[in-house]
Amino acid sequence: MFKYGLKLSLVVLALLLVIAGAAVAQDAGQLEVFSWWTSGGEAAALDALFQVYSERVPGVEIINATVAGGGGSAARPVLQTRLAGGTPPDTWQVHPGWELLGQYVAAEYVSPITDLYASEGWNEVMPQGLIDTMTQDGEIYAVLAGVHRGNGFWYNKTLLDANGITIGETMSVEEFVAAADTLKAAGIPALCVGDSGIWATAQLFENTLLGTVGPENWMKLFAGEMAWDDDLVKQAMAAYSTMLDYQNEDHSSLSWDQAVAALMDGKCAFNSMGDWAYGEFVKAGLVDNEDFGWVSHPGTAGSFVIVADGFVLANGAPHPENTLEWLKAVGSIEAQEAFNPLKGSIPARTDVDREKFGPYHNWSMDSFANDSLVASAVHGSAAPALFQQALNDAVTVFVVDRDVDAFAAALVQGAADAGMVAN
Amino acid sequence: MAAQTFEAAPSRRRFSLGHTLTVGVLVLALLFYLMPVYVMVINGLKDATNVSLDTMWNLPQSLTGGGFVEAWNKLSPNMLNSLEMVIPATILSAIIGAINGFVLSKWKFRGSDVLFTIMLFGFFIPYQSILLPLVQFMQTIKLYGTIPGLILVHVIYGVPVTTLIFRNFYANVPNELIEAARVDGAGMGTIFTRIMLPLSIPAFVVVGIFQFTNIWNDFLFGVTVVPNPAAQPVTIALNNLSGSFSVDWNVVMAGAVVAALPTALIYILLSRYFIRGLLAGSVKG
Amino acid sequence: MSNSAAAAAGQSVALSAGHAQHRWKGLTPFLVLLPSLIALVIFVYGFICVTLFISLSNWNTLKPDNTLRIPFGQTYVDLFSTPRFQADLRNTLVFTVLFILIATLVGLGLAILIDFNRKLFVIPFFRNVYLFPYALSFVVTGVAWRWIFNPETGINLFFDMFGINQLLASLGQAPLKPGWTTDPTVAFQLNGILEQVLGTEMRVKLGIPVALIPVAIAGMWQLSGFVMAMYLGGMTTISDEIREAARIDGATEWQVYRRVIIPLLRPVTISVVIILLHVSLKIFDLVITMSGVGPAFATDMPAIYVFETTFKATRYNLGMAAAIVMLILAAFVIVPYLARSLRQSEE
Repeated sequence: MFKYGLKLSLVVLALLLVIAGAAVAQDAGQLEVFSWWTSGGEAAALDALFQVYSERVPGVEIINATVAGGGGSAARPVLQTRLAGGTPPDTWQVHPGWELLGQYVAAEYVSPITDLYASEGWNEVMPQGLIDTMTQDGEIYAVLAGVHRGNGFWYNKTLLDANGITIGETMSVEEFVAAADTLKAAGIPALCVGDSGIWATAQLFENTLLGTVGPENWMKLFAGEMAWDDDLVKQAMAAYSTMLDYQNEDHSSLSWDQAVAALMDGKCAFNSMGDWAYGEFVKAGLVDNEDFGWVSHPGTAGSFVIVADGFVLANGAPHPENTLEWLKAVGSIEAQEAFNPLKGSIPARTDVDREKFGPYHNWSMDSFANDSLVASAVHGSAAPALFQQALNDAVTVFVVDRDVDAFAAALVQGAADAGMVAN
Repeated sequence: MAAQTFEAAPSRRRFSLGHTLTVGVLVLALLFYLMPVYVMVINGLKDATNVSLDTMWNLPQSLTGGGFVEAWNKLSPNMLNSLEMVIPATILSAIIGAINGFVLSKWKFRGSDVLFTIMLFGFFIPYQSILLPLVQFMQTIKLYGTIPGLILVHVIYGVPVTTLIFRNFYANVPNELIEAARVDGAGMGTIFTRIMLPLSIPAFVVVGIFQFTNIWNDFLFGVTVVPNPAAQPVTIALNNLSGSFSVDWNVVMAGAVVAALPTALIYILLSRYFIRGLLAGSVKG
Repeated sequence: MSNSAAAAAGQSVALSAGHAQHRWKGLTPFLVLLPSLIALVIFVYGFICVTLFISLSNWNTLKPDNTLRIPFGQTYVDLFSTPRFQADLRNTLVFTVLFILIATLVGLGLAILIDFNRKLFVIPFFRNVYLFPYALSFVVTGVAWRWIFNPETGINLFFDMFGINQLLASLGQAPLKPGWTTDPTVAFQLNGILEQVLGTEMRVKLGIPVALIPVAIAGMWQLSGFVMAMYLGGMTTISDEIREAARIDGATEWQVYRRVIIPLLRPVTISVVIILLHVSLKIFDLVITMSGVGPAFATDMPAIYVFETTFKATRYNLGMAAAIVMLILAAFVIVPYLARSLRQSEE
């Protein structure tokens, strides 16, 4: 009887061990690229980068490790657990600014690539203000594939024309309110918001905040030199609250792209969104400056909110040589010209052929060259993830209760928790 | 005889009103249960430009296959991964559960019930709470990022519930059967393989369906344990149909239907046995 | 009982085998269980210990930090003073009660109606359709439900289509147009009473968030078929003789169900509630795809909080503390159930 028992025990043990049998060997001719570009234009743009790389370095097998979910929400746990466990991918997608420096550089998960900037001549063709967001103690840690402008304010031109509203080169909050009241009289909510993922309305607040306090105070706020309950900030919160009065009722059940779709259908007029929204208009076959138009978010003309995507070299990358070649490819002129029209962003290089881009992106390139560059908090560049979460949470509550003092207090608390204090 | 005539007359009378009413309720329920499926199929069949919230109830304007073609192309490689993972994981967890269930019901020893309770607790833990150490452990034993690693995880977290179902199932098998076999000189191993296993088909159906569905639909373990998309199960590929900023809703809806096909097929084929087996398994409180 | 049976049967074999093997006898079944036990001790209890340790550590950036946080347990103090987490605890409680109630009642209702009409030829088809949602993943169905509960274009259109709103208009009433998951209302608020009792102001509204109702309906849709299947399984064990006896005593069909069958199904109900509990306490996929955190966290859940705090905000200690609280919540429900079944099997 004991014999049988032992046998059964061995069967169970063997079954568990059989599963634990195989381990995958690493191949030298590989490159693992981790990103959250999985669908549509994003995936096509990533493929364009892969093509440029494969032409430069033939024979390397690219492992395209993508995990989707709004802004990388499902991707981050995977990346973080891999980094913490010491099995990083060769390179991964990052936002410059805090996410890169405060998160990955501080934890020593990435290696500097300063030499590449010299050898590839990137120092001359990329704006210094942009390189600064990737620099710590004189070392540069990432190369950008493209730059989105976060403070766009898109509108349905046909609808506004029908209601006798014309939009100039810029727009102030007052002008928005005047237009919104006209639309309200016609029974149309002025603002399209789709905040089922809360970041869309957090971005609306972020843009309104920038419009009220201006780029210099913006820098101060995130450097801890200006308090989050400053009167100017509260003024911005009140302006945000005013804008929310004009939003569509079903905002919290729409995703951001469904809000843009509502705009195109003429159910509402304006949408505050980064220029990835441009791709939605193009997909629907609408014509620039005829069916739809854009200005900077009210009050933010003269500022360019950077939502950029770059790649890094992992500290302890399994294939460092291939990765360096990859980063060179990403920063190359042919990659930047191939990637950005598909992604809907503008190149980080300023020496590209502007003929390859449409009217919106030429407008955005002008803004990029001339305006104050500021980092986005909602997209992880301006402030620690901890503050980003606190901001999202505070906005979630504010949209319902509109309590400016509580909103300000929550941000003060978040900034303190995140250690955002003046040096 | 008396009972039969008694039943026949009133039951026909009841059929006319009671049955009509209740079937009416069942039909209404049917519409409710089909509503989300209708939304997914109808919108999956539309073109990318025609799919929108406003027209969510409308039928597609043309029959071009809509998002189904793209969804199928993108999901089919991962469906194979899922099958490679789900089938061994389901079978292994069922076999281990059967062995454990047998020991815990017919071969008890002092403290075996306590051990069972300790094991069963694993069924109820929220998996977020063990995600981080799990990944670290998988990296330590070099199974991280592999399908065998994912199978191991699913088998281990499946064992508590498979053990529960088999234990309850075997508890209903009369002890006399075992005693008789032992008197004939059979050992416990023989009793298990020759007597218990052939009796266990209904329990295997229940466990099989239960585990197949759970493992097929799992997202959390798949996404964290296997980072290579070429090796990932279909739920992750399904999630990847929507990008970080841009979403083609027709492909997402179609993909949802495509990814559900294998489990749906199993249900349609086995639902009768499932219900029969359920009573044998987890019914016992 | 089976122990004594084993001992009785074992005697005949063990007579010649001697003492050494006799001592092994108790050990053999234990050895069979051992591999599973070891695996579960590592994968469940070991990992829980690691999680517990992280929750007590200073790890709140991306870089692991294994030093113990001073003062001890401060992270838990932080956690419970977070209004969002307070809202999450409220939501778990409300959702669990709501979801289990409607899923069990609907499942039982369907089982009775199907059992009542079981001779009808279309019944197997009906049964399959009701069971079908259980085969789908929450990730899949959440999106469809989000569309269906969109207040502008979802099922609210039916109120116009079926003339309900026209009827209301003719009565001078406002049209029926619920906000579903977009509705921030918290009904039956207890804040007034609680604040008087406790003497402090509370940030979180304690009551029933209306936005949870559509989420509970979606959850019910998914699991009520499974509940139905379990009840149908239970009903097949009730012999026709019992039903017949009740009928002879003059009971109507309804009375047969209410007086005889439903009481006999009590053990099934216990299993149903336990299985539904294990779904509702862990619920994550459905909520995140259907409504997200909801207006003012009306549909936020602890599992979402754990996920966002750990992986988005990289506050590992806080996220793991929330995970431990989830675990304790589960234990509150599960341990009494396990203890009960343990006592029963010993009797």
